[in-house]
Amino acid sequence: MAENGHKDHPKYMNIFYWLAALTAIEIGVAIPEYSIVVKAILLIGLACAKAALVAIYFMHLKFERKTLAIIVLTPFIICVFLVFALMPDLTSDSRHEGIEKPAEVVDTSAH
Amino acid sequence: MEHATTSDHIEDVYEPSLTPDSLGKLGMWIFLVGDTMSFGALLAAYAAVRAGAGVIGWVPPDEILGINLTAAMTFLLICSSVTMVKALEAIQNGNVSRMCTFLGLTIAGGVIFLGLQAYEWYHLITHGLTLTGIPDHGLSGAAISGSTLFGPMFYAITGFHGMHVTGGVIYLIVILIHGLRGRYTAEFNHEVEIVGLYWHFVDLIWIMVFTFIYLL
Repeated sequence: MAENGHKDHPKYMNIFYWLAALTAIEIGVAIPEYSIVVKAILLIGLACAKAALVAIYFMHLKFERKTLAIIVLTPFIICVFLVFALMPDLTSDSRHEGIEKPAEVVDTSAH
Repeated sequence: MEHATTSDHIEDVYEPSLTPDSLGKLGMWIFLVGDTMSFGALLAAYAAVRAGAGVIGWVPPDEILGINLTAAMTFLLICSSVTMVKALEAIQNGNVSRMCTFLGLTIAGGVIFLGLQAYEWYHLITHGLTLTGIPDHGLSGAAISGSTLFGPMFYAITGFHGMHVTGGVIYLIVILIHGLRGRYTAEFNHEVEIVGLYWHFVDLIWIMVFTFIYLL
């Protein structure tokens, strides 16, 4: 393994500068007050870019078989579906239904 | 004749058996993919609760959490990832003492990270962020009642990650001890690469935790 694939490593310090710069940009994006949706898209995009840099260069995914990259990507995609799968349980309507019942209990005990 | 071509075909189609090197690496990748689902489930649950609470019914994290400290912790983990790749690069060039130095720096990064996290938790607990409540200074009633899950989710996710860092530090110490005893050479170093995979994964997950819990 050592002799056939590792001689063409990227310059790790360049990746480090990119990661540091992206972290600084994240802070700059996060602090001002504006639309939470725009902020979420920007921040999640930046986080994915950083995660990709770590996986591709530090974890050497770029130098592995493509199959491994597909395997590794799968749980991330499943997690995105998971958010949407959980969403119906937690919309404001279902939360209010859950809150109303305890409110009645509190009222009767107060009398 | 026909038989011979069939067996040739099979050899082309099937992958070669795993070697000791590739077995360990594939094993770690399988573990990491499973672990991604563990963290993914936690973060997906957090995202769903957060979105379900709406904007008013959720406390802005930056009013409770210290962004500057965690930004420094993020930077520290990125630095420790760099020292980890430098350690691997050193041993691939056959330089054992340089590898041990960089492994030591990586361990130091992990230990300082855990120290900062312990300080952060202590600070937050004494200021009222617990498993059952959040600090109530200047927050609306809706934000407080909507955010009751913030404390438990915060401690579950950062605690789960902290346990991974703790495990990683122990793992790195074991590899460092092997390194000091002269186990690794320019030809035999896949164990260093594998511990690196784990350590970079811990860094990668923190990037996600930092974004979801602290910044959003």
